[in-house]
Amino acid sequence: MVRVASETLNSRVPEGPVDEVWDKHRFNMKLVNPANKRKFTVIVVGTGLAGGAAAASLAELGYNVKSFCFQDSPRRAHSIAAQGGINAAKNYPNDGDSIWRLFYDTVKGGDYRAREANVYRLAQVSNNIIDQCVSQGVPFAREYGGTLANRSFGGAQVSRTFYCRGQTGQQLLLGAYQALMRQVHIGKVELFARREMLELIVVDGVARGIIVRNLTTGELETHTADAVVLCTGGYGNVYYLSTNAKGCNVTAAWRCHKRGAYFANPCYTQIHPTCIPVSGDYQSKLTLMSESLRNDGRVWVPKDPEDKRNPAEIPNEDRDYYLERRYPAFGNLVPRDVASRASKERCDAGYGVGETQLAVYLDFRDAIQRDGEDAIRKKYGNLFHMYEKITAENPYQVPMKIYPAVHYTMGGLWVDYHLMSNLPGLFVLGEANFSDHGANRLGASALMQGLSDGYFVIPYTIGDHLAKAVLPKIPADHPACVEALESAQSRIDQLLAVKGTRTVDSFHRALGQIMWDHCGMARNKAGLELAISQIRELRDQFWKDVRVLGSGESLNQSLEKAGRVADFLEFGELMCIDALNREESCGGHFREEHQTEEGEAKRNDEEFSYVAAWEFHDVGDEPTLHKEPLSFPNVPPTTRSYK
Amino acid sequence: MSSESLNLTLRIWRQDGPNAKGGFRDYKLNGVSTHMSFLEMLDVLNEQLIEAGEESVAFDHDCREGICGACSLMIDGKAHGPDQATTTCQLHMRRFHDGDTITIEPWRASAFPVLRDLVVDRSAFDRIIQAGGYVSVNTGNAPDGNAIPVPGTVQETAMDAAACIGCGACVAACKNASAMLFVSAKVSQLAVLPQGKAERGERVLSMVAQMDEEGFGHCTNTSECEAACPAEISVDNIARLNREYVRASLVSGK
Ligand SMILES: Cc1cc2nc3c(=O)[nH]c(=O)nc-3n(C[C@H](O)[C@H](O)[C@H](O)COP(=O)(O)OP(=O)(O)OC[C@H]3O[C@@H](n4cnc5c(N)ncnc54)[C@H](O)[C@@H]3O)c2cc1C
Ligand code: FES
Repeated sequence: MVRVASETLNSRVPEGPVDEVWDKHRFNMKLVNPANKRKFTVIVVGTGLAGGAAAASLAELGYNVKSFCFQDSPRRAHSIAAQGGINAAKNYPNDGDSIWRLFYDTVKGGDYRAREANVYRLAQVSNNIIDQCVSQGVPFAREYGGTLANRSFGGAQVSRTFYCRGQTGQQLLLGAYQALMRQVHIGKVELFARREMLELIVVDGVARGIIVRNLTTGELETHTADAVVLCTGGYGNVYYLSTNAKGCNVTAAWRCHKRGAYFANPCYTQIHPTCIPVSGDYQSKLTLMSESLRNDGRVWVPKDPEDKRNPAEIPNEDRDYYLERRYPAFGNLVPRDVASRASKERCDAGYGVGETQLAVYLDFRDAIQRDGEDAIRKKYGNLFHMYEKITAENPYQVPMKIYPAVHYTMGGLWVDYHLMSNLPGLFVLGEANFSDHGANRLGASALMQGLSDGYFVIPYTIGDHLAKAVLPKIPADHPACVEALESAQSRIDQLLAVKGTRTVDSFHRALGQIMWDHCGMARNKAGLELAISQIRELRDQFWKDVRVLGSGESLNQSLEKAGRVADFLEFGELMCIDALNREESCGGHFREEHQTEEGEAKRNDEEFSYVAAWEFHDVGDEPTLHKEPLSFPNVPPTTRSYK
Repeated sequence: MSSESLNLTLRIWRQDGPNAKGGFRDYKLNGVSTHMSFLEMLDVLNEQLIEAGEESVAFDHDCREGICGACSLMIDGKAHGPDQATTTCQLHMRRFHDGDTITIEPWRASAFPVLRDLVVDRSAFDRIIQAGGYVSVNTGNAPDGNAIPVPGTVQETAMDAAACIGCGACVAACKNASAMLFVSAKVSQLAVLPQGKAERGERVLSMVAQMDEEGFGHCTNTSECEAACPAEISVDNIARLNREYVRASLVSGK
């Protein structure tokens, strides 16, 4: 049985109509007087959209900012890889969009597991984001007349997605990066690249600093401040294979969790239906093929599992267009979670194609016949080119082979309306927090959230904390700093001391396989219980048999990886515990025990309309569950149906 | 496409630290699938090295999708290897043949010192951007996104230049280790857009001054940078930088 805390969590959402609370609250929050801002130092960990935007904006206000990332330059944060676009409720196309509609779609898309007030605020500031980025020189796509262009994305019924070719994340990130570099130049931001956060410093229950490892020299550094803003991205790499960059990790968030910050909804992960399938056991990551391909591609498998003919030779009557068959209304455009599960179902039943039989066809034959190859090239040329580069197959002639892959994590550290965790002084932004996407994220909404948090929320809410809190100076030799430093050092020493026989990657792969098999697209009680015991066993083996060569006093990539995998090995267990606790299917979380007769997800609003925020006690010890009840006065829950 | 397997000799630059003496070491790697990416091939080598008790080869990488600009290898003397418009992480082993010897080195430029093995320090690029590669607009100050129309052609030119991934291949490919392509891409993007016009003069002067201070060489118009660029940044940007520079120098009287 799960230990449940008796008191529910206070989200600090102000009273009042959802469309008014943010404006009123901005007035009610305390301000730091301009002359006093320069007396405060804020640590921002991460330089993706959330961290880059936060660090630049806070410095512009006058705070002293220390900015950290593990890459060699802040410009390489994983946000750079986002392709499709960013949503905003501008309603430039005059097609019926509004802040309310974006709010509504996001709450519904999240399968009624997000906090309404946060989502409304997100929709509200979405428009400011576009203005800000345009002013920075982000080259958004334009119409001939020079106005901003929009497209429809991810099955949305309005065109609200802004984009820069297939490189939206890159351009938005470079905008934030440049704003950040400007503040470095002015001297308001001190930049620490190639640094990995290994510990949070907590003094009298308040977050006051971090310990980082200088990845070039190996030296551990102590940094103190008046607040810590964590923007360290998602944890999809717990599965080893994902569309995330190789360095994405849970380490920073996990170390905060172990220092008292609650981890919310860790089991909510998004599996993207259109990725290039695994080709061999050397595979190091998976590549996303944009969702937009399903606008013209048709998904199918052969009706006969023994049908090994070249796909072009398989006539229509021998093909099973299973999305069109199961979901006649939405067809190939059903949401990500539904499409992913449907391909898994076909492959599990033995209908998969290709060498590994873990793939389905995404076929452009009919679209090419209808619109001509040129039209298709114009829309998807760069994607087809990328596909061919990786697979050496020409998708104009043979159907693409695709399979779902882990893509995004909706869970993260628990935060209140101020984006502050339960540890005062620790703020969490972007993919690293849990707040806005519920159990499923809509396309083009992660970029929006990262920039909203960084440009337009934290600049207000951090002031309220700094103005109210009592923040005595913390010297670097404060006992809490010394203790955190020693803890980081001892973990490194332990990793180097094992001197076992197995590589770090071999453990990471094994963990990924357990997570994918039992805590992936479909989960059930027996599988999750098995996974928990397997993870524990693997973790024991890791600490007995991992081989990390070299020393802690130099650039040592094996050691970096080992630290991250050690944390994933603890975190994976929490994901399974959360998935086990949530006896319902919602969004990306599908419990096989909770489905309709047609195999669709069955939510349980009576019992599970809450955020599950977990409190850490010890490795391998049952965490305590803290609940934040959710209510939906503005968007009453309905069953998502795409039939 | 079915996979074949290759037996390779890898000649790799090994260097323990910034001040250590480096040198090439040869490694045999057998059974490399032609489906692997170049970095996956190095992963496999590293696994074998660790199992044999030798420290793995350090190299920068992150997205493995050709967009973050982290990966940075000289492969047989070519920045990012033999394929056009392709980063190292997107290069695949089917490009190579059984029995090949492949030489792998870090970027070579005095402004990019080696940190370890194949990892170099490219922070000089950040400092060039700090010198002026931005529009000075604080958060919250922006007018409506559609307040200033930007003609499609201008936007396309800006986007072509903005596509730079900051990997440094242009520097590595240039015999003078010039950073002109990198600098000119940012100068161009912001000079052509109306939002960047107000600061265009100061921007180009400061960025070029910083580039010189970092120790990058001069541009002698050999276009090796363009040929090596995985993001296909055009040398037209260098011409634009030169025009911007002359214009700004005249105006400022410097
Ligand atoms: C292939 C792909 C395509 C996508 N396309 C879209 C899209 O079209 N639209 C959309 O809205 N979303 C998209 N997403 C999702 C979106 O890109 C991410 O959710 C978002 O960019 C995350 O931003 P972030 O700022 O929270 O974190 P990140 O950009 O991941 O940044 C994390 C930062 O934290 C730092 N960091 C991490 N750990 C540590 C540590 N321990 N110590 C120090 N620093 C650390 C890193 O260095 C980095 O600077 C896509 C995602 C992927 C994988
Ligand atoms: S690893 Fe990101 S561009 Fe190669």
